[in-house]
Amino acid sequence: MATGLDSAEGLSRRRPGRPVRAARLRLSGLFWRHPWAKALLLLAPPLLAFGLVYLAALVALFVSSFWTVNPFTTEIEHVWTLSNYRTLWDAGAYHQIAYRTIGIAAVVTVTDAILAFPLGYFMARIAGGRSRAFVFVAVLLPLWSSYLIRVYIWRLILDNDGVLNWSLRKVGLPAANIGYSNWAVWLVFTYVWLPFMILPVYGALERIPESFVEASRDLGASAFTTFRRVILPLALPGVVAGSIFTFSLTLGDYVTPLLAGGASSQFIGNVVYDSVGVSNNVPFAAAFAAIPLVVMAVYLLIARKLGAFEAL
Amino acid sequence: MEQRSTRIALAAWTTLVVLFLWIPLALIMVYAFNKSNVQSWPIAGFTTHWFHVAWTSSDVRGALWLSVRVALIATTAAILLGSAAAFAVARFAFFGRDAVSFLFILPIALPGIVTGMALNSFFIAGHIDANMWTIVIGHATFCIVIVYNNVLARLRRSSPSLIEASQDLGADGLQTFRFVIWPVLSTALVAGGLLAFALSFDEVVVTFFTAGAQNTLPLLIFGYIRLGQQLPVVNAIAFAMIVVTVIPVALAQRLMRDTGVLRRGAAATLAAK
Repeated sequence: MATGLDSAEGLSRRRPGRPVRAARLRLSGLFWRHPWAKALLLLAPPLLAFGLVYLAALVALFVSSFWTVNPFTTEIEHVWTLSNYRTLWDAGAYHQIAYRTIGIAAVVTVTDAILAFPLGYFMARIAGGRSRAFVFVAVLLPLWSSYLIRVYIWRLILDNDGVLNWSLRKVGLPAANIGYSNWAVWLVFTYVWLPFMILPVYGALERIPESFVEASRDLGASAFTTFRRVILPLALPGVVAGSIFTFSLTLGDYVTPLLAGGASSQFIGNVVYDSVGVSNNVPFAAAFAAIPLVVMAVYLLIARKLGAFEAL
Repeated sequence: MEQRSTRIALAAWTTLVVLFLWIPLALIMVYAFNKSNVQSWPIAGFTTHWFHVAWTSSDVRGALWLSVRVALIATTAAILLGSAAAFAVARFAFFGRDAVSFLFILPIALPGIVTGMALNSFFIAGHIDANMWTIVIGHATFCIVIVYNNVLARLRRSSPSLIEASQDLGADGLQTFRFVIWPVLSTALVAGGLLAFALSFDEVVVTFFTAGAQNTLPLLIFGYIRLGQQLPVVNAIAFAMIVVTVIPVALAQRLMRDTGVLRRGAAATLAAK
Protein backbone atom coordinates (compact mmCIF):
# COMPACT_ATOMS: atom_id res chain seq x y z
CA MET A 1 0.00 0.00 0.00
CA ALA A 2 2.88 2.33 0.83
CA THR A 3 4.32 2.02 -2.68
CA GLY A 4 0.93 2.80 -4.14
CA LEU A 5 0.78 6.00 -2.11
CA ASP A 6 4.33 6.95 -3.10
CA SER A 7 3.70 6.70 -6.79
CA ALA A 8 0.45 8.59 -6.37
CA GLU A 9 2.34 11.36 -4.54
CA GLY A 10 4.64 11.56 -7.53
CA LEU A 11 1.68 11.87 -9.85
CA SER A 12 0.07 14.63 -7.86
CA ARG A 13 3.25 16.67 -7.54
CA ARG A 14 2.58 18.28 -10.88
CA ARG A 15 -0.88 19.43 -9.90
CA PRO A 16 -2.33 22.03 -7.58
CA GLY A 17 -4.63 21.00 -4.72
CA ARG A 18 -2.19 18.51 -3.24
CA PRO A 19 -3.67 18.35 0.26
CA VAL A 20 -7.12 17.59 -1.13
CA ARG A 21 -5.76 14.88 -3.31
CA ALA A 22 -3.71 13.40 -0.51
CA ALA A 23 -6.81 13.29 1.62
CA ARG A 24 -8.75 11.62 -1.17
CA LEU A 25 -6.00 9.06 -1.58
CA ARG A 26 -5.93 8.37 2.13
CA LEU A 27 -9.68 7.82 2.04
CA SER A 28 -9.37 5.48 -0.95
CA GLY A 29 -6.65 3.59 0.89
CA LEU A 30 -8.82 3.35 3.93
CA PHE A 31 -11.71 1.89 1.93
CA TRP A 32 -9.32 -0.51 0.24
CA ARG A 33 -8.02 -1.80 3.57
CA HIS A 34 -11.47 -1.86 5.12
CA PRO A 35 -13.91 -2.96 2.44
CA TRP A 36 -16.48 -3.36 5.19
CA ALA A 37 -16.62 0.38 5.69
CA LYS A 38 -17.38 0.91 2.03
CA ALA A 39 -19.98 -1.83 1.90
CA LEU A 40 -21.68 -0.37 4.94
CA LEU A 41 -21.59 3.14 3.54
CA LEU A 42 -23.13 1.97 0.26
CA LEU A 43 -25.74 -0.27 1.80
CA ALA A 44 -26.87 1.90 4.68
CA PRO A 45 -28.87 4.54 2.76
CA PRO A 46 -30.92 2.17 0.58
CA LEU A 47 -31.48 -0.27 3.43
CA LEU A 48 -32.46 2.47 5.85
CA ALA A 49 -34.83 4.05 3.35
CA PHE A 50 -36.30 0.67 2.60
CA GLY A 51 -36.60 -0.41 6.21
CA LEU A 52 -38.07 2.89 7.36
CA VAL A 53 -40.65 2.99 4.62
CA TYR A 54 -41.41 -0.36 3.07
CA LEU A 55 -40.89 -2.78 5.94
CA ALA A 56 -42.47 -0.33 8.35
CA ALA A 57 -45.40 -0.08 5.96
CA LEU A 58 -45.84 -3.85 5.89
CA VAL A 59 -45.81 -3.85 9.69
CA ALA A 60 -48.34 -1.00 9.71
CA LEU A 61 -50.55 -3.02 7.36
CA PHE A 62 -50.41 -6.00 9.68
CA VAL A 63 -51.02 -3.97 12.83
CA SER A 64 -53.84 -1.84 11.49
CA SER A 65 -55.68 -4.96 10.29
CA PHE A 66 -56.37 -5.61 13.99
CA TRP A 67 -57.90 -2.19 14.56
CA THR A 68 -61.46 -1.12 13.83
CA VAL A 69 -63.34 1.93 12.67
CA ASN A 70 -65.93 3.50 14.90
CA PRO A 71 -69.12 3.40 12.79
CA PHE A 72 -70.36 6.72 14.18
CA THR A 73 -67.27 8.92 14.18
CA THR A 74 -65.44 7.00 11.36
CA GLU A 75 -62.29 7.44 13.44
CA ILE A 76 -59.86 4.52 13.67
CA GLU A 77 -59.95 2.92 17.13
CA HIS A 78 -56.59 1.59 18.19
CA VAL A 79 -57.94 -1.40 20.08
CA TRP A 80 -56.68 -4.89 19.26
CA THR A 81 -59.48 -7.05 17.96
CA LEU A 82 -59.98 -9.88 15.52
CA SER A 83 -63.30 -8.50 14.31
CA ASN A 84 -62.07 -7.71 10.76
CA TYR A 85 -60.83 -11.25 10.32
CA ARG A 86 -64.04 -12.59 11.85
CA THR A 87 -66.08 -10.63 9.31
CA LEU A 88 -63.98 -12.09 6.51
CA TRP A 89 -64.31 -15.58 7.95
CA ASP A 90 -68.07 -15.41 8.49
CA ALA A 91 -69.28 -13.79 5.28
CA GLY A 92 -69.54 -16.26 2.41
CA ALA A 93 -69.40 -13.42 -0.11
CA TYR A 94 -65.80 -12.66 0.88
CA HIS A 95 -64.83 -16.32 0.52
CA GLN A 96 -66.23 -16.28 -2.97
CA ILE A 97 -64.32 -13.12 -3.83
CA ALA A 98 -61.09 -14.62 -2.49
CA TYR A 99 -61.59 -17.88 -4.44
CA ARG A 100 -62.42 -15.94 -7.60
CA THR A 101 -59.30 -13.78 -7.25
CA ILE A 102 -56.95 -16.69 -6.63
CA GLY A 103 -58.68 -18.88 -9.23
CA ILE A 104 -58.52 -16.33 -12.04
CA ALA A 105 -54.93 -15.49 -11.10
CA ALA A 106 -54.04 -19.18 -11.46
CA VAL A 107 -55.88 -19.58 -14.78
CA VAL A 108 -54.30 -16.41 -16.18
CA THR A 109 -50.86 -17.71 -15.17
CA VAL A 110 -51.41 -21.04 -16.91
CA THR A 111 -52.79 -19.36 -20.05
CA ASP A 112 -49.82 -17.02 -20.23
CA ALA A 113 -47.38 -19.89 -19.76
CA ILE A 114 -49.03 -21.80 -22.63
CA LEU A 115 -48.92 -18.75 -24.90
CA ALA A 116 -45.38 -17.81 -23.90
CA PHE A 117 -43.51 -21.12 -24.01
CA PRO A 118 -43.61 -21.84 -27.77
CA LEU A 119 -42.79 -18.20 -28.46
CA GLY A 120 -39.84 -18.24 -26.07
CA TYR A 121 -38.69 -21.51 -27.63
CA PHE A 122 -38.90 -20.03 -31.11
CA MET A 123 -36.94 -16.94 -30.03
CA ALA A 124 -34.25 -18.85 -28.17
CA ARG A 125 -33.66 -21.83 -30.40
CA ILE A 126 -35.02 -21.26 -33.89
CA ALA A 127 -35.15 -17.60 -34.84
CA GLY A 128 -32.14 -15.94 -36.43
CA GLY A 129 -30.56 -12.83 -34.94
CA ARG A 130 -32.75 -10.32 -36.72
CA SER A 131 -36.12 -11.94 -36.20
CA ARG A 132 -35.18 -12.65 -32.58
CA ALA A 133 -34.42 -8.96 -32.01
CA PHE A 134 -37.67 -8.02 -33.74
CA VAL A 135 -39.80 -10.33 -31.60
CA PHE A 136 -37.94 -9.19 -28.49
CA VAL A 137 -38.80 -5.54 -29.11
CA ALA A 138 -42.35 -6.49 -30.13
CA VAL A 139 -42.77 -8.09 -26.70
CA LEU A 140 -40.89 -5.43 -24.74
CA LEU A 141 -42.79 -2.39 -26.02
CA PRO A 142 -46.28 -3.54 -24.94
CA LEU A 143 -44.81 -4.42 -21.53
CA TRP A 144 -43.83 -0.80 -21.03
CA SER A 145 -46.72 0.96 -22.71
CA SER A 146 -49.46 2.18 -20.42
CA TYR A 147 -51.14 -0.58 -18.45
CA LEU A 148 -54.35 1.42 -18.05
CA ILE A 149 -54.63 2.07 -21.77
CA ARG A 150 -54.10 -1.61 -22.56
CA VAL A 151 -56.97 -2.53 -20.24
CA TYR A 152 -59.18 0.23 -21.60
CA ILE A 153 -58.75 -0.76 -25.24
CA TRP A 154 -60.29 -4.18 -24.50
CA ARG A 155 -63.40 -2.40 -23.25
CA LEU A 156 -63.77 -0.94 -26.72
CA ILE A 157 -62.93 -4.23 -28.46
CA LEU A 158 -65.30 -6.43 -26.43
CA ASP A 159 -68.14 -3.91 -26.35
CA ASN A 160 -71.37 -4.95 -28.09
CA ASP A 161 -70.56 -2.47 -30.88
CA GLY A 162 -66.86 -3.23 -30.72
CA VAL A 163 -64.31 -4.74 -33.07
CA LEU A 164 -64.87 -8.32 -31.93
CA ASN A 165 -68.57 -8.48 -32.68
CA TRP A 166 -68.05 -6.52 -35.89
CA SER A 167 -65.45 -9.06 -37.07
CA LEU A 168 -67.61 -12.01 -36.07
CA ARG A 169 -70.53 -10.54 -37.98
CA LYS A 170 -68.32 -10.07 -41.06
CA VAL A 171 -67.47 -13.76 -41.17
CA GLY A 172 -71.08 -14.72 -40.44
CA LEU A 173 -70.72 -15.84 -36.82
CA PRO A 174 -73.05 -14.87 -33.97
CA ALA A 175 -72.02 -12.02 -31.66
CA ALA A 176 -69.88 -13.06 -28.68
CA ASN A 177 -70.92 -10.41 -26.14
CA ILE A 178 -68.31 -11.36 -23.57
CA GLY A 179 -67.69 -7.76 -22.48
CA TYR A 180 -68.09 -7.01 -18.75
CA SER A 181 -67.84 -10.66 -17.67
CA ASN A 182 -65.30 -12.92 -15.98
CA TRP A 183 -64.27 -14.09 -19.47
CA ALA A 184 -63.30 -10.53 -20.26
CA VAL A 185 -61.35 -10.27 -16.99
CA TRP A 186 -59.46 -13.47 -17.84
CA LEU A 187 -58.72 -12.31 -21.38
CA VAL A 188 -57.55 -8.83 -20.37
CA PHE A 189 -55.32 -10.09 -17.57
CA THR A 190 -53.82 -12.67 -19.92
CA TYR A 191 -53.15 -9.89 -22.42
CA VAL A 192 -51.59 -7.33 -20.10
CA TRP A 193 -49.28 -9.72 -18.21
CA LEU A 194 -48.19 -11.87 -21.16
CA PRO A 195 -44.84 -10.06 -21.73
CA PHE A 196 -43.95 -10.67 -18.05
CA MET A 197 -44.13 -14.40 -18.76
CA ILE A 198 -42.44 -14.34 -22.16
CA LEU A 199 -39.21 -12.61 -21.10
CA PRO A 200 -38.10 -14.95 -18.27
CA VAL A 201 -39.21 -18.05 -20.22
CA TYR A 202 -37.14 -16.90 -23.18
CA GLY A 203 -34.24 -16.07 -20.86
CA ALA A 204 -34.26 -19.55 -19.33
CA LEU A 205 -34.53 -21.31 -22.71
CA GLU A 206 -31.76 -19.19 -24.13
CA ARG A 207 -29.36 -20.18 -21.33
CA ILE A 208 -29.65 -23.89 -22.10
CA PRO A 209 -26.33 -24.91 -23.72
CA GLU A 210 -26.70 -26.46 -27.14
CA SER A 211 -24.25 -29.18 -26.08
CA PHE A 212 -26.78 -30.52 -23.56
CA VAL A 213 -29.29 -31.03 -26.34
CA GLU A 214 -26.66 -32.61 -28.59
CA ALA A 215 -25.50 -34.93 -25.81
CA SER A 216 -29.05 -36.06 -25.24
CA ARG A 217 -29.54 -36.79 -28.95
CA ASP A 218 -26.15 -38.55 -29.18
CA LEU A 219 -27.18 -40.83 -26.35
CA GLY A 220 -30.16 -41.88 -28.42
CA ALA A 221 -33.00 -39.83 -26.96
CA SER A 222 -35.76 -38.85 -29.35
CA ALA A 223 -36.55 -35.19 -29.94
CA PHE A 224 -39.54 -35.48 -27.66
CA THR A 225 -37.60 -37.18 -24.88
CA THR A 226 -34.89 -34.53 -25.14
CA PHE A 227 -37.53 -31.88 -24.81
CA ARG A 228 -39.19 -33.57 -21.85
CA ARG A 229 -36.08 -34.64 -19.95
CA VAL A 230 -33.57 -31.89 -20.79
CA ILE A 231 -35.18 -28.70 -22.04
CA LEU A 232 -38.33 -28.62 -19.96
CA PRO A 233 -36.65 -29.09 -16.54
CA LEU A 234 -34.05 -26.43 -17.37
CA ALA A 235 -36.72 -24.00 -18.57
CA LEU A 236 -38.96 -24.52 -15.55
CA PRO A 237 -37.29 -21.87 -13.33
CA GLY A 238 -38.04 -19.32 -16.06
CA VAL A 239 -41.71 -20.32 -16.17
CA VAL A 240 -41.93 -20.09 -12.38
CA ALA A 241 -40.19 -16.70 -12.43
CA GLY A 242 -42.73 -15.44 -14.95
CA SER A 243 -45.57 -16.92 -12.95
CA ILE A 244 -44.52 -14.87 -9.91
CA PHE A 245 -45.37 -11.77 -11.92
CA THR A 246 -48.53 -12.96 -13.66
CA PHE A 247 -49.93 -14.49 -10.47
CA SER A 248 -48.98 -11.66 -8.14
CA LEU A 249 -50.03 -8.87 -10.48
CA THR A 250 -53.44 -10.48 -11.03
CA LEU A 251 -53.85 -11.12 -7.31
CA GLY A 252 -53.23 -7.49 -6.47
CA ASP A 253 -55.24 -5.75 -9.17
CA TYR A 254 -58.55 -3.93 -9.05
CA VAL A 255 -58.38 -1.89 -12.24
CA THR A 256 -59.05 -4.71 -14.71
CA PRO A 257 -61.99 -6.27 -12.78
CA LEU A 258 -63.48 -2.79 -12.41
CA LEU A 259 -63.06 -1.73 -16.03
CA ALA A 260 -63.38 -5.01 -17.93
CA GLY A 261 -65.47 -7.09 -15.53
CA GLY A 262 -69.12 -7.05 -14.59
CA ALA A 263 -71.19 -7.14 -11.43
CA SER A 264 -69.89 -10.59 -10.46
CA SER A 265 -66.21 -9.89 -11.17
CA GLN A 266 -65.24 -8.39 -7.82
CA PHE A 267 -61.67 -9.14 -6.77
CA ILE A 268 -60.02 -8.79 -3.35
CA GLY A 269 -58.51 -5.61 -4.75
CA ASN A 270 -61.94 -4.13 -5.45
CA VAL A 271 -63.12 -4.69 -1.89
CA VAL A 272 -59.91 -3.10 -0.62
CA TYR A 273 -60.28 -0.22 -3.08
CA ASP A 274 -63.89 0.42 -2.03
CA SER A 275 -63.07 0.10 1.67
CA VAL A 276 -60.44 2.82 1.34
CA GLY A 277 -62.05 5.03 -1.29
CA VAL A 278 -65.74 4.75 -0.43
CA SER A 279 -66.42 3.49 3.09
CA ASN A 280 -63.14 4.75 4.55
CA ASN A 281 -62.57 1.53 6.51
CA VAL A 282 -58.79 1.18 6.33
CA PRO A 283 -58.46 -1.55 9.00
CA PHE A 284 -60.86 -3.85 7.16
CA ALA A 285 -59.07 -3.17 3.87
CA ALA A 286 -55.76 -4.00 5.57
CA ALA A 287 -57.17 -7.29 6.85
CA PHE A 288 -58.40 -8.32 3.40
CA ALA A 289 -55.09 -7.27 1.80
CA ALA A 290 -53.35 -9.62 4.23
CA ILE A 291 -54.80 -12.59 2.30
CA PRO A 292 -52.91 -11.97 -0.99
CA LEU A 293 -49.86 -11.16 1.13
CA VAL A 294 -49.96 -14.60 2.76
CA VAL A 295 -50.74 -16.35 -0.54
CA MET A 296 -47.80 -14.62 -2.22
CA ALA A 297 -45.45 -15.35 0.69
CA VAL A 298 -46.18 -19.07 0.30
CA TYR A 299 -45.85 -18.80 -3.47
CA LEU A 300 -42.48 -17.04 -3.22
CA LEU A 301 -41.16 -19.70 -0.85
CA ILE A 302 -42.12 -22.44 -3.31
CA ALA A 303 -40.71 -20.44 -6.22
CA ARG A 304 -37.43 -20.07 -4.38
CA LYS A 305 -37.23 -23.83 -3.91
CA LEU A 306 -37.75 -24.29 -7.65
CA GLY A 307 -34.83 -21.97 -8.41
CA ALA A 308 -36.95 -19.21 -9.90
CA PHE A 309 -35.01 -16.39 -8.29
CA GLU A 310 -31.94 -17.06 -10.39
CA ALA A 311 -34.15 -16.76 -13.48
CA LEU A 312 -35.78 -13.49 -12.47
CA MET B 1 -32.30 -29.19 -34.94
CA GLU B 2 -36.05 -29.30 -34.84
CA GLN B 3 -38.03 -30.73 -37.71
CA ARG B 4 -39.24 -28.40 -40.42
CA SER B 5 -42.90 -28.80 -39.46
CA THR B 6 -42.11 -27.98 -35.82
CA ARG B 7 -40.22 -24.89 -36.86
CA ILE B 8 -43.06 -23.65 -39.03
CA ALA B 9 -45.62 -24.33 -36.29
CA LEU B 10 -43.55 -22.42 -33.75
CA ALA B 11 -43.05 -19.51 -36.13
CA ALA B 12 -46.80 -19.38 -36.78
CA TRP B 13 -47.53 -19.46 -33.04
CA THR B 14 -45.06 -16.63 -32.44
CA THR B 15 -46.65 -14.55 -35.20
CA LEU B 16 -50.11 -15.05 -33.71
CA VAL B 17 -48.99 -14.09 -30.19
CA VAL B 18 -47.21 -10.97 -31.45
CA LEU B 19 -50.36 -10.01 -33.37
CA PHE B 20 -52.40 -10.60 -30.20
CA LEU B 21 -50.07 -8.16 -28.41
CA TRP B 22 -50.14 -5.50 -31.11
CA ILE B 23 -53.61 -5.44 -32.69
CA PRO B 24 -55.19 -3.78 -29.61
CA LEU B 25 -52.43 -1.15 -29.57
CA ALA B 26 -53.00 -0.46 -33.25
CA LEU B 27 -56.75 -0.15 -32.63
CA ILE B 28 -56.41 2.46 -29.90
CA MET B 29 -54.26 4.48 -32.29
CA VAL B 30 -57.19 4.44 -34.74
CA TYR B 31 -59.77 5.31 -32.08
CA ALA B 32 -57.79 8.45 -31.23
CA PHE B 33 -58.97 9.92 -34.54
CA ASN B 34 -62.63 8.97 -34.02
CA LYS B 35 -64.94 11.81 -34.99
CA SER B 36 -67.82 10.59 -32.84
CA ASN B 37 -68.28 10.63 -29.08
CA VAL B 38 -69.57 7.08 -29.32
CA GLN B 39 -66.78 4.53 -29.24
CA SER B 40 -68.12 1.93 -31.66
CA TRP B 41 -66.42 0.14 -34.54
CA PRO B 42 -65.81 1.12 -37.29
CA ILE B 43 -65.11 4.70 -36.25
CA ALA B 44 -67.49 7.35 -37.54
CA GLY B 45 -64.98 9.58 -39.27
CA PHE B 46 -61.55 11.13 -39.07
CA THR B 47 -60.60 14.12 -36.91
CA THR B 48 -57.63 15.42 -34.98
CA HIS B 49 -59.93 17.57 -32.86
CA TRP B 50 -59.54 15.51 -29.67
CA PHE B 51 -55.80 16.02 -29.54
CA HIS B 52 -56.48 19.73 -29.34
CA VAL B 53 -59.09 19.22 -26.60
CA ALA B 54 -56.72 17.00 -24.59
CA TRP B 55 -53.78 19.35 -24.98
CA THR B 56 -55.72 22.44 -23.87
CA SER B 57 -57.53 20.78 -20.96
CA SER B 58 -56.29 22.23 -17.68
CA ASP B 59 -57.11 18.97 -15.84
CA VAL B 60 -54.96 16.98 -18.23
CA ARG B 61 -52.13 19.50 -18.06
CA GLY B 62 -52.18 19.59 -14.25
CA ALA B 63 -52.14 15.79 -14.04
CA LEU B 64 -49.40 15.53 -16.64
CA TRP B 65 -47.22 18.04 -14.79
CA LEU B 66 -47.69 16.20 -11.48
CA SER B 67 -46.85 12.86 -13.13
CA VAL B 68 -43.68 14.28 -14.65
CA ARG B 69 -42.52 15.80 -11.36
CA VAL B 70 -43.25 12.63 -9.40
CA ALA B 71 -41.50 10.45 -11.98
CA LEU B 72 -38.43 12.69 -12.05
CA ILE B 73 -38.00 12.76 -8.28
CA ALA B 74 -38.76 9.05 -7.83
CA THR B 75 -36.32 8.16 -10.62
CA THR B 76 -33.56 10.29 -9.08
CA ALA B 77 -34.05 8.64 -5.69
CA ALA B 78 -34.13 5.22 -7.33
CA ILE B 79 -30.90 5.87 -9.24
CA LEU B 80 -29.03 6.96 -6.09
CA LEU B 81 -30.31 4.24 -3.77
CA GLY B 82 -30.54 1.46 -6.36
CA SER B 83 -27.03 1.87 -7.68
CA ALA B 84 -25.53 2.17 -4.19
CA ALA B 85 -27.20 -1.11 -3.25
CA ALA B 86 -26.09 -2.73 -6.51
CA PHE B 87 -22.47 -1.73 -5.85
CA ALA B 88 -22.55 -3.22 -2.37
CA VAL B 89 -24.14 -6.46 -3.52
CA ALA B 90 -21.90 -6.85 -6.58
CA ARG B 91 -18.59 -6.08 -4.88
CA PHE B 92 -18.91 -7.50 -1.41
CA ALA B 93 -19.87 -10.88 -0.06
CA PHE B 94 -21.60 -10.38 3.25
CA PHE B 95 -23.98 -12.20 5.50
CA GLY B 96 -27.56 -11.71 4.34
CA ARG B 97 -26.69 -10.64 0.82
CA ASP B 98 -29.41 -12.81 -0.69
CA ALA B 99 -31.87 -11.36 1.80
CA VAL B 100 -31.03 -7.86 0.59
CA SER B 101 -31.67 -8.85 -3.02
CA PHE B 102 -34.92 -10.47 -2.00
CA LEU B 103 -35.96 -7.39 -0.04
CA PHE B 104 -35.60 -5.07 -3.02
CA ILE B 105 -37.71 -7.33 -5.22
CA LEU B 106 -40.57 -7.41 -2.69
CA PRO B 107 -42.39 -4.22 -3.78
CA ILE B 108 -42.83 -5.59 -7.29
CA ALA B 109 -43.21 -9.26 -6.33
CA LEU B 110 -45.98 -8.57 -3.85
CA PRO B 111 -49.46 -7.79 -5.21
CA GLY B 112 -50.16 -4.11 -5.92
CA ILE B 113 -52.90 -3.76 -3.33
CA VAL B 114 -50.58 -5.15 -0.64
CA THR B 115 -47.94 -2.52 -1.36
CA GLY B 116 -50.61 0.15 -1.77
CA MET B 117 -52.50 -0.75 1.41
CA ALA B 118 -49.27 -1.09 3.38
CA LEU B 119 -48.17 2.42 2.42
CA ASN B 120 -51.68 3.74 3.05
CA SER B 121 -51.78 2.26 6.58
CA PHE B 122 -48.25 3.51 7.17
CA PHE B 123 -49.10 7.10 6.24
CA ILE B 124 -52.31 7.02 8.27
CA ALA B 125 -50.55 5.54 11.30
CA GLY B 126 -47.88 8.23 10.99
CA HIS B 127 -50.50 10.97 10.57
CA ILE B 128 -48.97 11.92 7.24
CA ASP B 129 -51.46 13.53 4.88
CA ALA B 130 -51.33 12.36 1.30
CA ASN B 131 -49.49 14.79 -0.96
CA MET B 132 -47.05 14.71 -3.83
CA TRP B 133 -44.30 13.33 -1.58
CA THR B 134 -46.34 10.34 -0.44
CA ILE B 135 -46.78 9.44 -4.13
CA VAL B 136 -43.04 9.89 -4.68
CA ILE B 137 -42.19 7.61 -1.74
CA GLY B 138 -44.50 4.92 -3.07
CA HIS B 139 -43.05 5.12 -6.57
CA ALA B 140 -39.44 5.21 -5.37
CA THR B 141 -39.87 1.95 -3.43
CA PHE B 142 -40.68 -0.02 -6.57
CA CYS B 143 -38.43 1.97 -8.94
CA ILE B 144 -35.31 1.14 -6.89
CA VAL B 145 -35.36 -2.49 -7.98
CA ILE B 146 -35.26 -1.58 -11.69
CA VAL B 147 -32.13 0.52 -11.37
CA TYR B 148 -30.71 -2.05 -8.95
CA ASN B 149 -31.22 -4.92 -11.41
CA ASN B 150 -29.82 -3.00 -14.37
CA VAL B 151 -26.73 -1.79 -12.55
CA LEU B 152 -26.13 -5.14 -10.87
CA ALA B 153 -26.29 -6.96 -14.21
CA ARG B 154 -23.72 -4.54 -15.65
CA LEU B 155 -21.37 -4.74 -12.66
CA ARG B 156 -21.41 -8.53 -12.69
CA ARG B 157 -20.20 -8.40 -16.29
CA SER B 158 -17.37 -5.99 -15.61
CA SER B 159 -14.21 -7.32 -14.05
CA PRO B 160 -13.22 -6.13 -10.55
CA SER B 161 -9.58 -6.33 -11.63
CA LEU B 162 -10.12 -3.16 -13.69
CA ILE B 163 -10.67 -1.27 -10.46
CA GLU B 164 -7.66 -2.88 -8.82
CA ALA B 165 -5.54 -1.95 -11.84
CA SER B 166 -6.72 1.64 -11.63
CA GLN B 167 -5.82 1.80 -7.95
CA ASP B 168 -2.44 0.18 -8.52
CA LEU B 169 -1.72 2.91 -11.06
CA GLY B 170 -2.32 5.50 -8.38
CA ALA B 171 -5.84 6.69 -9.01
CA ASP B 172 -7.91 7.64 -6.00
CA GLY B 173 -11.53 6.55 -5.52
CA LEU B 174 -13.01 9.50 -7.36
CA GLN B 175 -10.71 9.08 -10.35
CA THR B 176 -11.37 5.37 -10.49
CA PHE B 177 -15.07 6.11 -10.49
CA ARG B 178 -14.77 8.82 -13.12
CA PHE B 179 -12.47 7.03 -15.57
CA VAL B 180 -13.05 3.32 -14.97
CA ILE B 181 -16.44 2.65 -13.41
CA TRP B 182 -18.51 5.41 -14.99
CA PRO B 183 -17.81 4.49 -18.64
CA VAL B 184 -18.88 0.91 -17.90
CA LEU B 185 -21.87 1.94 -15.88
CA SER B 186 -23.34 5.02 -17.52
CA THR B 187 -25.51 3.32 -20.13
CA ALA B 188 -26.91 0.88 -17.55
CA LEU B 189 -27.78 3.81 -15.30
CA VAL B 190 -29.48 5.71 -18.09
CA ALA B 191 -31.38 2.61 -19.19
CA GLY B 192 -32.46 1.84 -15.62
CA GLY B 193 -33.45 5.46 -15.11
CA LEU B 194 -35.54 5.53 -18.28
CA LEU B 195 -37.36 2.37 -17.32
CA ALA B 196 -37.91 3.61 -13.76
CA PHE B 197 -39.34 6.83 -15.19
CA ALA B 198 -41.66 4.92 -17.50
CA LEU B 199 -42.87 2.74 -14.63
CA SER B 200 -43.53 5.67 -12.31
CA PHE B 201 -45.25 7.63 -15.06
CA ASP B 202 -47.64 4.75 -15.72
CA GLU B 203 -48.38 3.44 -12.23
CA VAL B 204 -51.98 3.48 -11.04
CA VAL B 205 -52.70 0.56 -8.66
CA VAL B 206 -50.39 1.69 -5.83
CA THR B 207 -50.72 5.40 -6.61
CA PHE B 208 -54.41 5.44 -5.70
CA PHE B 209 -53.51 4.50 -2.13
CA THR B 210 -50.79 7.12 -1.76
CA ALA B 211 -52.41 10.08 -3.54
CA GLY B 212 -54.78 12.46 -1.86
CA ALA B 213 -57.01 14.80 -3.81
CA GLN B 214 -54.51 15.37 -6.60
CA ASN B 215 -54.48 13.35 -9.80
CA THR B 216 -51.54 11.89 -11.63
CA LEU B 217 -52.20 11.35 -15.32
CA PRO B 218 -53.06 7.63 -14.93
CA LEU B 219 -55.38 8.42 -12.00
CA LEU B 220 -57.13 11.07 -14.09
CA ILE B 221 -57.56 8.66 -17.02
CA PHE B 222 -58.76 5.93 -14.66
CA GLY B 223 -61.43 8.30 -13.34
CA TYR B 224 -62.50 9.26 -16.86
CA ILE B 225 -62.80 5.65 -18.00
CA ARG B 226 -64.61 4.50 -14.86
CA LEU B 227 -67.22 7.24 -15.15
CA GLY B 228 -67.40 7.01 -18.94
CA GLN B 229 -66.49 10.68 -19.28
CA GLN B 230 -64.22 12.35 -21.81
CA LEU B 231 -63.53 9.08 -23.64
CA PRO B 232 -62.39 10.82 -26.86
CA VAL B 233 -59.83 12.71 -24.76
CA VAL B 234 -58.73 9.41 -23.20
CA ASN B 235 -58.21 7.99 -26.70
CA ALA B 236 -56.08 10.95 -27.71
CA ILE B 237 -53.97 10.66 -24.52
CA ALA B 238 -53.65 6.92 -25.12
CA PHE B 239 -52.23 7.60 -28.57
CA ALA B 240 -49.75 10.08 -27.17
CA MET B 241 -48.73 7.81 -24.29
CA ILE B 242 -48.06 4.83 -26.55
CA VAL B 243 -45.95 6.94 -28.88
CA VAL B 244 -44.10 8.55 -25.97
CA THR B 245 -43.32 5.29 -24.15
CA VAL B 246 -41.91 3.77 -27.33
CA ILE B 247 -39.08 6.33 -27.28
CA PRO B 248 -37.54 5.77 -23.80
CA VAL B 249 -37.99 2.00 -24.03
CA ALA B 250 -36.43 1.74 -27.46
CA LEU B 251 -33.61 3.97 -26.22
CA ALA B 252 -33.09 1.91 -23.06
CA GLN B 253 -33.07 -1.24 -25.13
CA ARG B 254 -30.38 0.18 -27.44
CA LEU B 255 -28.27 1.30 -24.50
CA MET B 256 -28.34 -2.15 -22.93
CA ARG B 257 -27.57 -3.83 -26.23
CA ASP B 258 -24.43 -1.80 -26.87
CA THR B 259 -22.51 -3.79 -24.33
CA GLY B 260 -24.24 -7.07 -24.96
CA VAL B 261 -25.95 -7.04 -21.60
CA LEU B 262 -29.37 -7.23 -23.10
CA ARG B 263 -29.61 -10.92 -23.80
CA ARG B 264 -28.69 -12.04 -20.34
CA GLY B 265 -30.07 -8.97 -18.65
CA ALA B 266 -33.37 -9.30 -20.45
CA ALA B 267 -35.09 -11.00 -17.59
CA ALA B 268 -33.42 -8.66 -15.13
CA THR B 269 -34.68 -5.64 -16.99
CA LEU B 270 -38.05 -7.16 -16.79
CA ALA B 271 -38.13 -7.45 -13.02
CA ALA B 272 -39.64 -4.13 -13.61
CA LYS B 273 -43.23 -3.90 -12.68
